[in-house]
Amino acid sequence: MAPESNDPASPAALTRKDFVSDQEVRWCPGCGDYAILAQVQKVLADLKLPRENYVFISGIGCSSRLPYYVNTYGFHTIHGRAPAIATGVKTYRPDLSVWVVTGDGDGLSIGGNHLMHALRRNVDLKILLFNNKIYGLTKGQYSPTSELGKKTKSTPAGSIDYPLHPLSFAVAVGATFIARSIDSDTNHLAWTLEQAGRHKGSAFVEIFQNCVIFNDDAFKDATDRSVRPDHTVLLEHGKPLIFGKEKNKGVRMKGFGFEAVDLGGNITEKDILVHDAKNPDPSYAFLLANMELPELPVPVGVFRSIEKPTYESMLHAQIAKAKQSQGEGDLRKILFDTETWSVTA
Amino acid sequence: MTKEIQEVKDVVIRFAGDSGDGMQLTGMQFTNTTAVLGNDFSTLPDYPAEIRAPAGSLPGVSAYQINFSSRDIRTPGDAPDVLVAMNPAALKTNLKDLKDGGMLIVNEDAFSETNLKKAGYAENPLGDRSLSKYEVYKIPITTLNANALKETPLSKKEAERCKNFYALGLMFWLYDRPYDVTISWIHDKFSKKPDVAQANELALKAGFHYGETAEIFRKHFRIPKAKLKPGVYRNITGNEATALGFVAASKLAGKPLFLASYPITPASDILHELSRHKNFGVQTLQMEDEIAAAGAALGASFAGGLGLTTTSGPGLALKSETINLAVMTELPLVIVDVQRGGPSTGLPTKTEQADLLQSLFGRNSESPVAVVAPATPSECFTMAIEAFRIAVTYMTPVIYLSDGYLANGSEPWLIPEPENLSPIAIKHPTDRTTFRPYARDERTLSRPWAIPGTPGLEHRIGGIEKANVTGNVSYDPANHDLMCRLRAEKIARIADDLPPLSIFGKPSGEVLVVGWGGTYGAITSAVEDLQKEGHEVSSVHLRYLNPLPKDLKEILSRFETIVVPELNLGQLSLLLRAKYLVDAHSLNKLQGQPFKVGEIIAGVKRFMTTKEVRQWPPNPTTRQAQPR
Repeated sequence: MAPESNDPASPAALTRKDFVSDQEVRWCPGCGDYAILAQVQKVLADLKLPRENYVFISGIGCSSRLPYYVNTYGFHTIHGRAPAIATGVKTYRPDLSVWVVTGDGDGLSIGGNHLMHALRRNVDLKILLFNNKIYGLTKGQYSPTSELGKKTKSTPAGSIDYPLHPLSFAVAVGATFIARSIDSDTNHLAWTLEQAGRHKGSAFVEIFQNCVIFNDDAFKDATDRSVRPDHTVLLEHGKPLIFGKEKNKGVRMKGFGFEAVDLGGNITEKDILVHDAKNPDPSYAFLLANMELPELPVPVGVFRSIEKPTYESMLHAQIAKAKQSQGEGDLRKILFDTETWSVTA
Repeated sequence: MTKEIQEVKDVVIRFAGDSGDGMQLTGMQFTNTTAVLGNDFSTLPDYPAEIRAPAGSLPGVSAYQINFSSRDIRTPGDAPDVLVAMNPAALKTNLKDLKDGGMLIVNEDAFSETNLKKAGYAENPLGDRSLSKYEVYKIPITTLNANALKETPLSKKEAERCKNFYALGLMFWLYDRPYDVTISWIHDKFSKKPDVAQANELALKAGFHYGETAEIFRKHFRIPKAKLKPGVYRNITGNEATALGFVAASKLAGKPLFLASYPITPASDILHELSRHKNFGVQTLQMEDEIAAAGAALGASFAGGLGLTTTSGPGLALKSETINLAVMTELPLVIVDVQRGGPSTGLPTKTEQADLLQSLFGRNSESPVAVVAPATPSECFTMAIEAFRIAVTYMTPVIYLSDGYLANGSEPWLIPEPENLSPIAIKHPTDRTTFRPYARDERTLSRPWAIPGTPGLEHRIGGIEKANVTGNVSYDPANHDLMCRLRAEKIARIADDLPPLSIFGKPSGEVLVVGWGGTYGAITSAVEDLQKEGHEVSSVHLRYLNPLPKDLKEILSRFETIVVPELNLGQLSLLLRAKYLVDAHSLNKLQGQPFKVGEIIAGVKRFMTTKEVRQWPPNPTTRQAQPR
């Protein structure tokens, strides 16, 4: 693509439009990706970094076409490998803001290994996993997040793969920032992406994304406007897990797990769990990640946000330390600084 | 009593013992001292893939061979003059290689009933006449070493571990080498364990003095200095030279080196060596797998770095998807493949050169990449620099084919002065008015390397076919045809920058031997010997496998017979036949071992006498099918 003609403005003056590329967006009409793209572009402007310092890296799949539509540096790579490639970009250039765009098939199936290691290393990447519980670009096969019994072209008798919970996975591998949002909930999505963008370390965001062609309404039970208040709970650090249209329901501890309760009578706000995204113990985030309908509401928001040194900062600190203690590398020194002997004519 | 010293020109010694006996260390120490004394030398470490196979067993034998000389030599030697065997298994597996009349030094103590049984000996070979054609020295090394160390605080077991230094000391005396280089190494190495350092020093000296005083050796030997080109030398292995070459490339390009790798034998030492040079800004990442390693390196290249990934054959197979992405996105990337025996896991610690066709063709679709191959351990330095020069000049992945023999083998290296190395020119565009992601340089056809962080040059690349010049995603049939041809032509144009081939021998004649990679030393020595015998034989050696040098075609046409020795079943000869329509004959070996000089001489002579044979040795299965 040719670079866009508009001059880069000062980062403070950038708007969503500055992040719109000259390429025609080619997703199916009604695809959830459009809404996500719009919020991504908005948040890039809100984060107020120079446009040239953003890099978008993706794998393969519908979601992975997103970099073409964002007017920053972009690299549309290969199946599942985006986290590894992004690790190279971010480690070599810690000054860049590196975003990984992936889907449930790309990120959790063929790329599960790379996703695991990028997260556990805490490379400062913003990883957006568009979850639609289906393979879209390869035309409708079940994915690692599809429910058991899912009937697709490759599973006419129903899927016999137990599904993977993306957020439980992220907790298990030690991700320092874990969040979930919904494509159609634009304000919440923008807020979540901004939190991820400001996090120092690997930020993993699962976005419920609707595939109108192959898996329409996959998240309807949680995301449909009519049921959303009763079927989701917003996670806000320091606030109780209260939900429901009337704000009359809550989540409290029961044994080693959670239960949903109605407020009133003996049960008051004091009994309700207060969200602690900064809890260093992953057990709590794990329980949150496993909350499922119908017993419990689906949590959205920031599950976990803790601080740990990033991979690239530790690597560059080692390099700085080596330069300080040994001096800037001198080629002559490493070539000759060993047992040598001279031959004279 | 001072014993007689006899001057000899060259010697091949092989140290062989159990993999726990420290044979590699012993060999390397002997090599270091030999280096400092100014002999020319070449080494061949040969060790099992198992870290510790059962002690005393045949698969557990580890060996290290060194050829050292007052003359210019190119190989570790075909057959040892001296075999040091630390146990019966080492004797059994190595004796067949020892020259008739050669010197055999054995640790008599190790020839116990148990060890003999483990090695499959029914009778003790030291007691019968089976070794009568050799000059045998039965020395109770374990006992002598234990006696020498009885005053030290080390336990019996710890003391026994020093016996390799006892043997080394003995060999130092026998070949008139001083032990001070090794003693200073010992004190450096065991600075935190002074008891161990002292014991090793004692063992070394005791071995040396045993040679001097015991009444078993009548004389010892001296090998004068070799007449090498003037300059400052060091001992270097191929893997060390490769790593240092990459550090040099980074200096010459004025850019940090970025290595992402996954450990694999025999390539891991490059990762180890580069990890030590953080003060050069070298970033080394040990990734989760080969795929991630290639990916991270390509990511760094996209971000403007010198992306490097190192591996061996099985790892190259996994990296092919990423190499293809680098081909499509036209980004520089250097992929080191230290070839080993294959296919699959194959022979992890043994050498082979059978990844040539994988390098050239092992990817989906039309996917041309540059391929280079160093010929000697020390040449790994210059070819590593060369790999990056090609990668950044032509915006292409470059596969660098080393092999297990080059990687672990060592030789003296005339160290270059860094100021004599040419800089690597790199341009990153900044002008937003003229920038087009897939615009091409007129001469090289390379596209501009615009890097993230450059204002106004924001653009997107990826694995989907791109329209030439604009870089927009394009499914246009004519554009794909054009892009495939452009990518091929870009690689072909690298040949414009290559030096002319140098012919070893006459420029025309009866036989031309064509080689590539680590077989250089054996081929050149064989051709030299054939020339001395009066045969019209010349050789050329290819350091650039893709593209092939422009003058190769014409050179091939000047000889009646083309012979291609390779440690594979005829991969280069297949290429030469296809590309130049010449009747190239294959001389093949696939034993996990380098060619011996004698094998190449015999093979070339075979082709000189029987021109209808195209491959030597012939396939054993077809040979059986022929009537007797």
